Amino acid sequence: MKRQSLLHPGLNLGSTDEYSHDEAEPVIFGFWVFLMADLVLFAILFATYASMSVQGQAGGPSPTDVFDLPSAFIETMLLLSSSITFGMASLALKYKADRLHLVFWLVLTFCLGAGFIGMEVRDFWIMTQQGAVPQRSGFLSAFYMLVATHGIHVTAGLCWMIVMLVQLRVLGRTTEVKLRLMRLALFWHMLDIVWVCIFTFVYLFGVAL
Amino acid sequence: MTVESSFSLLGTLTPQDISFVQTFENPVMSEFIDGAAGSVLVIGMIIVAALLTYYRGWKTLWFDWLTSVDHKKVGIMYIVVAFVMLARAIIEGVLMRYQQSIAVNDPGVLTPDHFGQLFSTHGSIMIFFMAMPFITGMINYIMPQQIGARDVSFPLLNAISLWLTAAGAALVMISLVVGKFSTGGWTAYPPYTGIEFSPGEGVDYWIWSISLTSIGSTLTGVNFATTIYKNRAPGMTLFRMPLFCWTSLCTSVLMIFAMAPLTIATLMLALDRYAGFHFFTNDLGGNMMNYANLFWLFGHPEVYILILPAFGVFSEVISTFSGKTIYGYKSLVVATMSIAVLSFTVWLHHFFTMGQGANVNAIFGIATMLIGVPTGVKVYDWLLTMVRGRIRLTTAMLFSIMFLVTFVIGGLTGVILANPPVDFAVHNSLFLVAHFHNMVIPGVLFGMIAGYQFWFPKAFGFRLAERWGKASFWCWSFGFYLTFMPLYVLGLMGAMRRTVEWFRPEYLGWLQASFVGALLLFSGFILLIVQLIVSVRQRDQRRVPAGDPWDGRSLEWSNSAPPPEYNFAVIPEVSGQDAFTRLKEQGKAYASPAAYDDIIVPKNSIVAPVIGVGAIALGFALVWHIWWLVALGFVTIWGAVIARSFVTETERVIPASEVRADHEAWLQQVRECATTPREQEDTSANVGRAEVLA
Repeated sequence: MKRQSLLHPGLNLGSTDEYSHDEAEPVIFGFWVFLMADLVLFAILFATYASMSVQGQAGGPSPTDVFDLPSAFIETMLLLSSSITFGMASLALKYKADRLHLVFWLVLTFCLGAGFIGMEVRDFWIMTQQGAVPQRSGFLSAFYMLVATHGIHVTAGLCWMIVMLVQLRVLGRTTEVKLRLMRLALFWHMLDIVWVCIFTFVYLFGVAL
Repeated sequence: MTVESSFSLLGTLTPQDISFVQTFENPVMSEFIDGAAGSVLVIGMIIVAALLTYYRGWKTLWFDWLTSVDHKKVGIMYIVVAFVMLARAIIEGVLMRYQQSIAVNDPGVLTPDHFGQLFSTHGSIMIFFMAMPFITGMINYIMPQQIGARDVSFPLLNAISLWLTAAGAALVMISLVVGKFSTGGWTAYPPYTGIEFSPGEGVDYWIWSISLTSIGSTLTGVNFATTIYKNRAPGMTLFRMPLFCWTSLCTSVLMIFAMAPLTIATLMLALDRYAGFHFFTNDLGGNMMNYANLFWLFGHPEVYILILPAFGVFSEVISTFSGKTIYGYKSLVVATMSIAVLSFTVWLHHFFTMGQGANVNAIFGIATMLIGVPTGVKVYDWLLTMVRGRIRLTTAMLFSIMFLVTFVIGGLTGVILANPPVDFAVHNSLFLVAHFHNMVIPGVLFGMIAGYQFWFPKAFGFRLAERWGKASFWCWSFGFYLTFMPLYVLGLMGAMRRTVEWFRPEYLGWLQASFVGALLLFSGFILLIVQLIVSVRQRDQRRVPAGDPWDGRSLEWSNSAPPPEYNFAVIPEVSGQDAFTRLKEQGKAYASPAAYDDIIVPKNSIVAPVIGVGAIALGFALVWHIWWLVALGFVTIWGAVIARSFVTETERVIPASEVRADHEAWLQQVRECATTPREQEDTSANVGRAEVLA
C-alpha cells in the first residue's frame, strides 16, 4: 500500500530495496523539478537559435556551409546508445547484487559519452578552421551557445559519472549512492532528449531547409 | 574586445579603481558622496567585526548561524540581508529625489554618471537583493511550519541558495568601494550595456551579481515546490493549506520557470562583452529585441514572484486580526493560480513602443488587463474577511489595510498603462516610475513589513513595540503618497525617468514635494530600526513563551516561540483548514502526545559558506578579469560539492527522551500561563496564550 503511493516516474527500486525506495521519493521528485528548470533553459536557447539562425547570418556562413551531417549522425548514435547502456546500468543497480555489472555498464556509458564529446570538439575545431567562429555572426553565436551548453551538460554528466564510480568503490552500494545514480540516469536521459531536438532542429532543419 | 597588453596578477584592477583614491584625486561633491558611501560600508564592517569580538560572538555567528542549515535560521539570515540592502537602496532613493529636486536649471550635486549608477543599483538592489531575499526568507521561516514539516526538503541546498544570493549582494556592495557599478538601469538593455558603449567593469558587476542570485533563486524554487508537494503533515491536503503556503507554491513554480530566461540573458550579455559574441550587438546579426524579450519573460513573472508571497501574508494577517477564517478561500487559491499562469502572457507590455504591430500590442494589452480580474477577486475577499470581524488595528493590520487602499490606486494606473496608445504617451516617464512604485511598495514592502511585525514574536520570542511600529506605519504611508503621487503628475507633464537635470521650472514644486516624501519614507525605515532596538531592550516584558500572541490560526502558532530546532515534537495530524484554531476550539491544543520518537535533524555544514565565498571570488575575478582567481573560485565551488558527496554522517539524532523532556516542560509552562483576552494583546499580560472563545 505504502509502496504503491510512493511510486515516482522512472525506474523504482521498490521491489528490490524497500528502504532506499522510501528515501527516494522526495529526492527524485525534486530532481525532476530541477530537470524541468533546466529544460526551460534549453527551451530559451532553442528559441534564441530559431530567431537568429536565418536572420542573424550577417553575410557569413549558413548552416549548409558548416554543418557536417554524417558527423552529427555519429554523435547522435553514440549518445543514443549511451542512453541504452545507462538503462542497462540502472537495471543492474536494481536487480544485480554485485558491483561488476553496474560498473561495466557505467564505464561503457562513460566511453560513449566521452566519444560524443570528442566528436563534438572535433566538429567545433573544423568549423573554427573554416572561419565559422561564434564572433562571426549572430547565427553562429546562437549555435555555439546552444550546442556547447548541451556539451557542457554532457561533460558535467561525465564528471558526475567518475565521481559515482569512485563512490561505488569507496562507499559501496549505499542508499545515497543508489539515489545519486538514479538521478544521474534521469539527467543523462534528459540530455539525450535535448540532443535529439538539437539534431532535428539545428542539424537536419539547418541542412534540409 | 581589447586584448590586455600585459599580464597582471590583479587583472584590470588598478589603484585608481578604489573609490577613496578617486575622491582624493578628484575632490568634487559627487565623488565625496561616493567616497562617503564606501566609507560607511567599510566602517560599518569594522564596527560589526569589533562588536563581534567584544561580545565574543564569532563562535556563535559561525556555529549557530553561518554554517546552519536549519530553515528558520536560513530564513532569518535572508531577511537580515534584505534589511541591510534596503538600508542602502532607500538612501539611494532619497539621494536621487534630492538631486532631482534641486536640479532644475542647475546641475545639482551628482554627475550624470554617478546618477546613472544610483538608479541602476537602487533598482537592482530593491528587486534582487531586498525584495527577493525578504520573500525567500519569509517563506523559509514560515512555510515549513505552516504545513507541519520539520524542515524544507533539501536543507543544505537551501543554505547554498542563501549563500549564492548573499554573494551577489556582496558583489554589489564591493562595487561601492572597488570600481563603478553599471549605469544601464536594473534592466541593463543592450546595446548600451554592450562593450562598445559601456566598457569597464560596471555592467560586469551587474551581470555576475544578478547571475549568482538568479541561480540561487532557481534552486530555492525547486526546494520550496518539493517541500510543499512532498513534506506536508498527514491530513494537510493542498486545500487545507494556509494561503501563505499556496502563494509560496505559486511563487516557487514561477521561480522554476522564470529564472532561466534571466540567467540565459545575463550569460549571453556576458559572452557579447567578454568573448565578442553577437547576441545583442548592433552589427553582425545581433538582435537586442531578443534581450528585451528574454529579460521581460523573466521580469514580468518576477513581479508576481515578489507580490504573491505578500498576498499570502496579507491573507494571514487580515484573517487573524479580524478573528475570522479567510473569506472565499477557494476563490483566493484559484485567483493566485490564475495570476501565476497569466503572468507569463503579458511580458510584452513592458515594450509596447518597441516596434510590434498594433495587433500584437492589443493582445498583450488585453491579457494585461485580465490580470486585474483575479487581483480584484482577492481584494474583495480580503475586504469581506474584515466584514463583521472583530478587527484589531495592530501595526501588521494597519499595513495590510493601507496596502488594500493604495494597491487599488496602483492597479488602476496599471490598467491605464495596459492600453498601448496611452502607454505610448507615458512610456518611460515618471508616470511609469510612480506606477511600479505604487505596486511594489504597498504590495511587496508593506506585505513584508506586515509579515515581519506579525511573525517576529514567533521567531524571537518577544513582541515588537506597537507604538513605534505605528509611528513607522504613518511615515511609510504618508511618505509613500507624498513621494509618488507628484511623480504621476510630473509624468503626465512630460518628465522622463532617469533624468539628472531639468529645464522646466514648473516641475520644481512637485519635485520638492516628492523629496520631502522620500525623507518621510526614510524616517519610516529609521523608526523600524528604533522599534527593533526598543523592543530588544524591553524584551523581558514582551516575552511570549507560549508562542501564540495573536490568537493565530495556522500550525506555526502551535509550537513555542522561538520554536525548537525540529519545529514539532510530534508531527501534527491535520483535520481541516485553520488547523490550530480547530485544535484550540476542540480543546486539543497543548495536549501531551501519546508517544515521542527520535528526531533526525541535519548537521551543520561548512559547504554552503565555502560555496558562498567561492562565488564571491568567482564573481569578483570575472569582473576584473583575474583569470587565476576565476579558476580558483570555480574549483572551490565544485570541489566543495564533490567533497560533500563523500560525507556520510550528515544527520544527527535527537533522542526521544530529550524531545519529551523539552516538550513536556514547555507544555507545563503553557498550562501555567494565564490566557490573554484580545483587548490586552499589546500589554505585558500577553505571554502568548490566547483566550479561546467558545
